Amino acid sequence: MDNQYIFVWEPDPSKSKAVYNYLVKKVNDRNLGDKVEVFKSTYIGLTSSRPIIRILPNDTIYKDFEQEDLGEIFEAISSGRKVNRFLCEFESKIAPVPEKDSHSKQFKIVLRNVGYLDPENIDEYIRRGGYKAMEKAIFQMKPEEIIKEVKESGLRGRGGAGFSTGLKWELTREEPGEEKYVICNADEGDPGAYMDRSVLEGDPHSVIEGMIIGGFAVGCKEGFIYIRAEYPLAIERLEKALASAREYGLLGKNILGSDFNFDIELRWGAGAFVCGEETALMASIEGRRGNPTPRPPFPSQSGLWKKPTFINNVETWANIAPIIEKGSSWFSSIGVGKSKGTKVFAVTGKVKNPGLIEVPMGTTLREIIYDISGGILGDKKFKAVQTGGPGGGVIPEKFLDMSVDYETLQSIGSMMGSGGLIVMDEDDCMVDVNKFYLQFSVDESCGKCSPCRIGGKQLLDTISKITAGNGDMKDVQKIRNISMAMQKASLCALGQTTPNPVLSALQYFENEYIEHITHKKCLTGKCRDLVQYSIIPEKCIGCGVCAMKCPVKCISGEKKKPHLIDGNKCVKCGECFASCKFSAIKRS
Amino acid sequence: METQQIAQLDKRLLDFINEWKGKKGKEIMILHKVQEIYGFLLRALAMEVSRLIDLPLAKIYGIITFYHIFKLKKPGKYQISVCMGTACYLKGGNDIISELENILGIGVNCVTEDGKFSVEVVRCVGCCGLAPVMIIHGKTYGNLKKGDLPKILGEYGESVLLDKENHV
Ligand SMILES: Cc1cc2nc3c(=O)[nH]c(=O)nc-3n(C[C@H](O)[C@H](O)[C@H](O)COP(=O)(O)O)c2cc1C
Ligand code: SF4
Ligand code: SF4
Ligand code: SF4
Ligand code: FES
Repeated sequence: MDNQYIFVWEPDPSKSKAVYNYLVKKVNDRNLGDKVEVFKSTYIGLTSSRPIIRILPNDTIYKDFEQEDLGEIFEAISSGRKVNRFLCEFESKIAPVPEKDSHSKQFKIVLRNVGYLDPENIDEYIRRGGYKAMEKAIFQMKPEEIIKEVKESGLRGRGGAGFSTGLKWELTREEPGEEKYVICNADEGDPGAYMDRSVLEGDPHSVIEGMIIGGFAVGCKEGFIYIRAEYPLAIERLEKALASAREYGLLGKNILGSDFNFDIELRWGAGAFVCGEETALMASIEGRRGNPTPRPPFPSQSGLWKKPTFINNVETWANIAPIIEKGSSWFSSIGVGKSKGTKVFAVTGKVKNPGLIEVPMGTTLREIIYDISGGILGDKKFKAVQTGGPGGGVIPEKFLDMSVDYETLQSIGSMMGSGGLIVMDEDDCMVDVNKFYLQFSVDESCGKCSPCRIGGKQLLDTISKITAGNGDMKDVQKIRNISMAMQKASLCALGQTTPNPVLSALQYFENEYIEHITHKKCLTGKCRDLVQYSIIPEKCIGCGVCAMKCPVKCISGEKKKPHLIDGNKCVKCGECFASCKFSAIKRS
Repeated sequence: METQQIAQLDKRLLDFINEWKGKKGKEIMILHKVQEIYGFLLRALAMEVSRLIDLPLAKIYGIITFYHIFKLKKPGKYQISVCMGTACYLKGGNDIISELENILGIGVNCVTEDGKFSVEVVRCVGCCGLAPVMIIHGKTYGNLKKGDLPKILGEYGESVLLDKENHV
């Protein structure tokens, strides 16, 4: 028979420890100390006014017994039997099993609880099976087994790079030294994405539970969550969640009566995108400017305060408890190829139902955009979708049926990134969108290395020149050259990936660039310097609507007579174009 | 203004500094607290913090100037943060900024003469489904249209309502 671990929970442990004392005495009397261990538990996952006993590894739970029944229960435990009349099967029935929802094509592992529980109430998380995986990890698994399980699950980082999570843990565990740190990267800087925010606000305990398991497996005493200061509600919920976890003995000294000590604290970001990069993030926690540093040394060797450190993304952390609970083979059965499990996406831009979705790896973009998110807003024509944020790329229509996974996305010039999925329609101009992303990357470059600092600025200037109508075909080659230099010589991934959106647009939408450069035209009207608005006299009935809408009042005309736009004053906002009901305004 | 003396540090700040003094990674947390209480990082405050946590003033300025959140100038009473994340950009975040310019007569990172409003650009506040989005004084306004602005600003004072006449 396996060793038995008995957890005793008593309503008011300070007053009466009758059940605990009885069982400890029994164990000692019978000399069973090396076979049966008894623990005082501050938490068992049930709410009751009477004592509860939980026995691992079988996860047998007894409740509603009297002191006199303890003898019988103890005999049963020590001989591997059960006492049916006190058995409680409540918990195993209510624990949710994530399942593929064939109706919606979604599959919720990370978002398993989001929306289904009160994130400020730890009991609800526990009732849905929460902290069970952590208990299993601490009492039934050796750290090496946990790491093996995470490694075999095939889980890869959800923050962007897609590195094997289990391997990262292993490398950190293998480093010598007592002091090691675990970090949750909740900086979520990708503009236009909010996956992590939703998890932190909707199910903070799932992240905390993952971190405790990770901390235990790697051998840490302290963990930090580095969170964007722009997410006040997530901060508030995390603080509450940490406090109740401490109160329940899930964090702090001797977690659940074991000899594992571990706690987690929050550290706020301060609005610098580059601090999502792990070396910059650690500098920021340490109270310095968030400049990335070259690797090696890797954080696993020399991280926070030069101690071995491992960092995972919020979504990565939320996957840990289900993997431990259900096993690596369950997890690795989901997904395709080397991309296992699910991915959460924030689908935004020109779709009918923007929102957060979670799908198995390998789902196609078409399924995501059309089946789940309802297709393009206003039934306009799809143009492209950007994944991977400012370091990712645009994906044209011809790839809509390709599988969404790390390798495939990379092979077509984009990347998985953290999960922003921005849909663009025929009204969006690729050159303009490129300019937007470049502006972002230039603003956020930390300026430490010149390929990124100078190259990014040059790229932006070149593209601005094109959108202003002063482009030259030589600029395309120039863009390619600068991009190559940035990819090769930038110190961190910010600079290395800054050119990606431009390069992918040049690959799939080169015509649009040529249109802007040689014909000085922007068909969508987004590049204002390249458009002219004029009124077609034959069509204009002189209703005056456009004149009223024009912000600079440059449209004039008598009522019921064709109106006229003063091209010198027009700021090309397009208001008139959008407001004329008679298609009398021409954009060219 | 910049060199103004701080007679007495706010007690909330002192308590916070005492609580955090011995903790790891306190620097940015303390500066956040200063800004939460005072609205921006006055030079005298930075000096005071430097003394209290024994961190050179140059280091403190190094931090303040690196991170976008920290402000060296006093913001308006009501701070308007317009989102220019990707989703908001695609859905017309630019138009919101130019309309605010029209109505308030100030550009990004400026404060109205009466000190009431200031406008800043932020990168994604995590409500992309509601794009375009802006936040005024902690309150989020989503699915914005230019025409909504006069009414929204009106919630913060009638002077804006008067201005509105000129712009519809
Ligand atoms: C400029 C830059 C910004 C990043 N921003 C984030 C971020 O906001 N959140 C995140 O989890 N990872 C971000 N990353 C990736 C992290 O550096 C790191 O790879 C990740 O946190 C590791 O966790 P994972 O293995 O679980 O993905 C960023 C990387 C770079 C280069
Ligand atoms: S690549 Fe850019 S962000 Fe990264 S270190 Fe160099 S300058 Fe800083
Ligand atoms: S809205 Fe159209 S029809 Fe009416 S005045 Fe303007 S151009 Fe003419
Ligand atoms: S494009 Fe804008 S500024 Fe130009 S005429 Fe039309 S409404 Fe007026
Ligand atoms: S892009 Fe504006 S809220 Fe995300």
